[in-house]
Amino acid sequence: MLITCPYCGPRDVIEFTYQGDGNRERPQPASQDLDAWNTYVYDRLNPAGDHNEIWQHSGGCRAHLRVVRNTLTHEISSVAFTRGDHKVDARHKAEGKI
Amino acid sequence: MVERQSPLELELRSGSHGDFEHGVEVILSETRPGSILQLAAWPGQEKALIAGIRTVTGLALPDGAGAGSTDGVRSVFGFAPGKFTVVDEGEGLASAFANVVTPAIGTVTDLSHGRTAIRIAGPKAEWVLAKFFAIDFALPAFPVGAGRSTMHHDVFAQIQRTGADQFDIYVFRSFARSFWKALCHASEEVGYEVQ
Ligand SMILES: [Zn+2]
Repeated sequence: MLITCPYCGPRDVIEFTYQGDGNRERPQPASQDLDAWNTYVYDRLNPAGDHNEIWQHSGGCRAHLRVVRNTLTHEISSVAFTRGDHKVDARHKAEGKI
Repeated sequence: MVERQSPLELELRSGSHGDFEHGVEVILSETRPGSILQLAAWPGQEKALIAGIRTVTGLALPDGAGAGSTDGVRSVFGFAPGKFTVVDEGEGLASAFANVVTPAIGTVTDLSHGRTAIRIAGPKAEWVLAKFFAIDFALPAFPVGAGRSTMHHDVFAQIQRTGADQFDIYVFRSFARSFWKALCHASEEVGYEVQ
């Protein structure tokens, strides 16, 4: 499985660390809303298909990435930085355009 | 200044090794730069940091992820968004940056004692490195001056191409000896010389 880091280009999955489900919304740390915490900790969509995930390129630029991975095929259809508006089309890097 | 000891000292054996009867096809050496820095820009301050790098080192950074340049004495390359490695043969580069990279622009981290710089050069340098790292070492994909962050068996490595046939690899000092030994083993088949 290859993930095309927006900074580093296509890299083997061994360079990345999974940081969890990208659909979760973390409540404010002081929140007393038990339902919101329950949802954050336990509820998962578990789709058979495209899934929003957070990965870190821990063995490369160390950026955190928002990845859409197909759970049936492992196809990666989208990769973007989690922070800022550094959204670079991953293919540009693969083609050496940036 | 305190004399710096190399972590490779016990394993660095000058001379030709491996299958060198048919010619030496890679040369391994430790470059021992005086300064290895990591510079990071706060979001939106990237251009100011790049200008500061030019002011201090005289090196202009080309546009793009992982871009870099070298003049043989000083080298710079991007290794992550808004982050750059800057290397100088001489000591004291961190203090040269202290007044240029202000707290409003970003940070300067002196890693001179924390990294070991290993150079691999020669016609088979690409071949040997391709056994280590799953990245494209071909010149069009990895131009001279450019840098890459990757790893070999969980040993994090920053690699800068400093010539068509030459790469400088920065590894954690504590892993440098085992990385060096692995690199020597990988170079045996092509014949290597340690300088
Ligand atoms: Zn990356």
